[in-house]
Amino acid sequence: MNGRRTFLRGFLSVLLSGGAIGGILRILPSRADAREAPPKGKKWYGFGVSVDKCIGCARCMDACKNENNVPKEPFFVRTWVERYITRKNGQTTVKAIAPGDEATPETVSDKTILRSFFVPKLCNQCASPACVQVCPVGATFQTEDGVVLVNEKTCIGCRYCIQACPYGARYLHPKTHTADKCTFCYHRISKGQLPACVEVCPTQARIFGDLNAAASPMSRFLRMNKIHTLKPGLNTEPKVFYANLDGEVR
Amino acid sequence: MGKLFEKFPDPLARLIVVVAALFALGAFAYFVLIPKPVKDVEMQWADAIKREKARPVKYAGFHVCEECHGEIQKKKQTGYHKDLSCETCHGPAKAHTENPDKVKPAIPTARTFCPQCHAFNPSRPRGFPQINPVAHNPLKPCSSCHNPHDPKPPTTPKECSACHGEIARMKAVSHHVQLECTVCHVAPQQHKVSPRSVKPSKPQVREFCGKCHGKDAKEKLAANAPKIDMGEHGEKYVCWQCHYPHSPEVEQ
Repeated sequence: MNGRRTFLRGFLSVLLSGGAIGGILRILPSRADAREAPPKGKKWYGFGVSVDKCIGCARCMDACKNENNVPKEPFFVRTWVERYITRKNGQTTVKAIAPGDEATPETVSDKTILRSFFVPKLCNQCASPACVQVCPVGATFQTEDGVVLVNEKTCIGCRYCIQACPYGARYLHPKTHTADKCTFCYHRISKGQLPACVEVCPTQARIFGDLNAAASPMSRFLRMNKIHTLKPGLNTEPKVFYANLDGEVR
Repeated sequence: MGKLFEKFPDPLARLIVVVAALFALGAFAYFVLIPKPVKDVEMQWADAIKREKARPVKYAGFHVCEECHGEIQKKKQTGYHKDLSCETCHGPAKAHTENPDKVKPAIPTARTFCPQCHAFNPSRPRGFPQINPVAHNPLKPCSSCHNPHDPKPPTTPKECSACHGEIARMKAVSHHVQLECTVCHVAPQQHKVSPRSVKPSKPQVREFCGKCHGKDAKEKLAANAPKIDMGEHGEKYVCWQCHYPHSPEVEQ
């Protein structure tokens, strides 16, 4: 009888102290719960990609590297373009293209190709971001307008967020040794300009805007197209929307 | 104080004092010694947002260029490149807007530049103008025939393949390689001058294909063409709902 009482008391006090420590330090995942879209009139940024319009010219990748001081090596990218080739036997190959790639050897005479297309990718700026939840030091966070940023002063470079991102949108910057990712060109959009990749896209395959705006290229894009997001089953609530997306694209 | 300790055995009393001192020290360190910005993530985030917003802009944006280069802008407005931003080809130009005389944006003239968009690539969407950079006027710079601000074919094209290259290349490796475009399409002369307002004709009925592929087709061209019974084959569909005429699929 006495033994059970002491055990329960000890157990309860441990539970309570754990909660207290978590409450004081305020680094529990509950801090990163999904953010709701703010009311009309406040910005809530989103991104649109017309898969049908992308010509795979990689101007966007070039512009992003110029604008955001991303290392020039092809391995480090904030945005990239994938080339999908689905063959008649049902196999699909995916390859990220690089700026200045030689023209590819495949031609129409390759009868094994069923269909082929390009898919631009970037950080999905999820409303419920996995990367923010896992950051042990609160260095990555979501702004009021729905952009996920990295605080490079407090990032310890543990790469947990790089692992956690289901879209592979993050990389470790080789100079600063901190996590780096697409910011929707936060310095540009806060001045009312377009992100660099949207600015240079020659076919308007990339569209950017405020999801709360009544009339904007972005809201028109959402109204006029059949829309899909990447890996919707993960409940990350991505804010990069794809029009005419093939089911093979994940 | 002394009374309190009398209740406990001596070792426990000492322990309580030590633990209390540690707690006090911890609290002092946390609340007094550690400055607020180190503890408060909200402050760190606000700071990070401020830093992010202060980063330098390198692409000036499409509406800036026309202030000085209005003439080029006007020319570009009506051409196929009207939706292109100047910086798509000329590169980041914010530095040029701040110091127009000293910093000049790039003018890409190499023959490798335009094919980044216009080299033939089967993954590109249908109808996007593409060329084969090896066969298309080798060694000639693109701008010697095409004005990049208002690109169009330099002369009225004689061959259909000048504009419909993708279809031409597809047809060239198909069973229809022997057929001229004009066997199936009637292209008015005016189509070559204003391609979008005057369009060539397309076959409308099943019987058109039947002239070669019908069971009792008499067309000389089609001596070896696969034959089908027009009454049984395909039922309610027109031929091109299943077969792509520029590259007809056949059982292998």
